[in-house]
Amino acid sequence: MLAFVLIGALPLHRYYRLSVFRQPLRVFLAIVPAAGLFIVWDLVATAAGQWHFDPAQTFAARWWGLPLEEYAFFVVIPLAGILTFEAVSVVCARLHESGPPAPTIIPDRTNFDAS
Amino acid sequence: MNSYTTAATLAVLVAILADLFILRTALVRSRVWWTAYAIIVAFQLITNGWLTGRGIVRYSGNAILGSGRIVFLGDGRIAYAPVEDLAFGFALVLLSCAAWVWLGARIRSTR
Repeated sequence: MLAFVLIGALPLHRYYRLSVFRQPLRVFLAIVPAAGLFIVWDLVATAAGQWHFDPAQTFAARWWGLPLEEYAFFVVIPLAGILTFEAVSVVCARLHESGPPAPTIIPDRTNFDAS
Repeated sequence: MNSYTTAATLAVLVAILADLFILRTALVRSRVWWTAYAIIVAFQLITNGWLTGRGIVRYSGNAILGSGRIVFLGDGRIAYAPVEDLAFGFALVLLSCAAWVWLGARIRSTR
């Protein structure tokens, strides 16, 4: 499932010439707070028995009761979200290039490109 | 007492408050965010449907709105997953994107 997400999201980077991976520190800092918060939530909810993971379909290795791939989930999903967001930003910016100023906030990507 | 329902609702509120008032990125007022989210939620229904439909992740009926039965639609579930998962995913991705945009604005202002 995580591989499926990566196969879907990673090509966006090349296709839309995104600059996300040229800013590894920014990627890291963007993902860490949300991932940290949600991993704590996951640990508490799993410990409380709100949900559990089928041992037959997950890696046997566990860290504090969570299968290893659950930690990977909290890196892969935010990353795929950021890539989608950046790709949509590029498409919206292109659509508005020749038109009137966009009514919504569209981050000015051009400044992110390392030059 | 539907503890996951409560936590998921809180998470959405925290993410929106962070976006609007702490990071001041206001993604929830932008067309880019909602377009991106529409794409993301479609893929969430597929991938989360896989994880929940196959019982890779199983939920206690006490924590969610539904009874804990795994059904495609109904009993508090959409595409096999508890509706709470939609709130969970929304909050996770909104927080990540808001942090991403906030960091981008800071990088630009310090250059």
